[in-house]
Amino acid sequence: MVGNKRDSREGGLGWEENHRDRMGHYLEPTKTEESPNRDLSFTMPAPRNYQTEAIIIKKTKLGEADSILTFYTPNMGKIQGFAKSLRKPKSKLAGHLELLTHSLVSFARGKNLDTITGSQTIESYMAIKNDLERTSCALYAAELVHQFSAEHMENEPVFRLLRETLQQLSRTDNLETTLRYFELHLLDGVGYRPQLRECVSCHRPLEPATNYFSPLGGGVLCPECRGTQYPVYPLSINLQKVLRLLQSSDYEVVPRLKLDAELAQQLENVLTEYLKFLLEKEVKSADWRKSLRSLSPEKSQPSLPQQPDNL
Amino acid sequence: MSHQTPSDAISQLIQEFNKLPGIGPKSAQRIVFYLLRSSEEQGRQLAEAVLSLKQRISLCSSCFNVTESNPCAICGNTGRDPTLLCIVEQPQDIVALEHTGVYHGLYHVLHGAISPTEGIGTEDIRIKELLNRLHNGAVKEVVLATNTNLEGEQTAMYLGRIISPLGIRVTRLARGLPFGTELEYADDMTLTRAIEGRSEV
Repeated sequence: MVGNKRDSREGGLGWEENHRDRMGHYLEPTKTEESPNRDLSFTMPAPRNYQTEAIIIKKTKLGEADSILTFYTPNMGKIQGFAKSLRKPKSKLAGHLELLTHSLVSFARGKNLDTITGSQTIESYMAIKNDLERTSCALYAAELVHQFSAEHMENEPVFRLLRETLQQLSRTDNLETTLRYFELHLLDGVGYRPQLRECVSCHRPLEPATNYFSPLGGGVLCPECRGTQYPVYPLSINLQKVLRLLQSSDYEVVPRLKLDAELAQQLENVLTEYLKFLLEKEVKSADWRKSLRSLSPEKSQPSLPQQPDNL
Repeated sequence: MSHQTPSDAISQLIQEFNKLPGIGPKSAQRIVFYLLRSSEEQGRQLAEAVLSLKQRISLCSSCFNVTESNPCAICGNTGRDPTLLCIVEQPQDIVALEHTGVYHGLYHVLHGAISPTEGIGTEDIRIKELLNRLHNGAVKEVVLATNTNLEGEQTAMYLGRIISPLGIRVTRLARGLPFGTELEYADDMTLTRAIEGRSEV
């Protein structure tokens, strides 16, 4: 992305950091009045090596011991990298490139796929990985980010959302509400923010009454317009309040939100339907989450994060 | 006029070898031309060995290891300890563990690990069969030897959760620093496990 957002960041980044296009090429400054003789509007190839913060969201095996990793990054969106011999026992990188780990990853550019040359863990989220429920929720979040993003589309808010979500999932007891917050804000971040305040058909402000969510309309229909789109899902007044609250708040609101089982289920249903409609496919890790919950309902409360022994 | 490609039998066999993992078109070509130069006997032996593999090898009905006999040599060996059951992901893991010579119990092969993002759930690996085995009460300890990646850890945690209520002791292979590594390169998770699992010298 040329210029824009990064100029306001502290730390005084140089011209090079601010002026890359989507493929990582430098964009040299063009001719200006001050320097009419410098026609520097050609692009320079990017350096062979680069480094970025990244959260590993997907891993695929390749060949005998190699892997292809999918990352989500703050400034390059979703990218992929080739990790040679990652699955061998003496691999130094394996521990720093596990799924759901936040690392500083170094790459060398390749013709097709860039190769991972190094990785340093920033946060390993052990509290998530030691807990079956937290892991299943985190995998679900990672899969949604993967499904909703195209490669090399910068989306820093989504990166921050994913990182904050992993932090929340590490310590909260309120896993499901955390996921609902995540789903709403992810939709926001990728351009599918549900319209919750006015009817998506007639645009009148919604009354405090039962209204109807329409995936097709990307928002809520008033009772008069409910017949104009199909399918629709009824939303009680409380459900609408919860949706609006989650949509307009920070993560701080989640621990304070206590939903009864029925409301929580309705909230989950409507968001799941909307996500399914947008993605046109099932989210695979959603099934695993559901089967875990049915396996041990008393265990659907996650264990408290374990503190390591003090030495 | 387009270039000529080799005749049918040759390109057919090249294609077959090319399908195998780790064998690209060049390697496949090299192998096929080698076979062309070698004796008919060699070609026949190769063909027969491939056929026998598929005809004679199947899964042990008890532990799901690959075997010619049913039950397999390990399950059929009365000298092994039937109270100890080691759970692994793939048959190759048994080869590795047996190579140490220190384990004398029985095995169970899951043929995979729980991987939600790939759609592999509990129904897709041999968990039901494992539970059936445990219900007859012979096993006193289950050793979880799944891989230490996220999928293997999840599988281990899940199995621990469903097996413990049966009153069977559940243990996990020690995780920590592999041999031949340097501390400064180790990652957080490995080091945490290594510190927490430290033992007396």
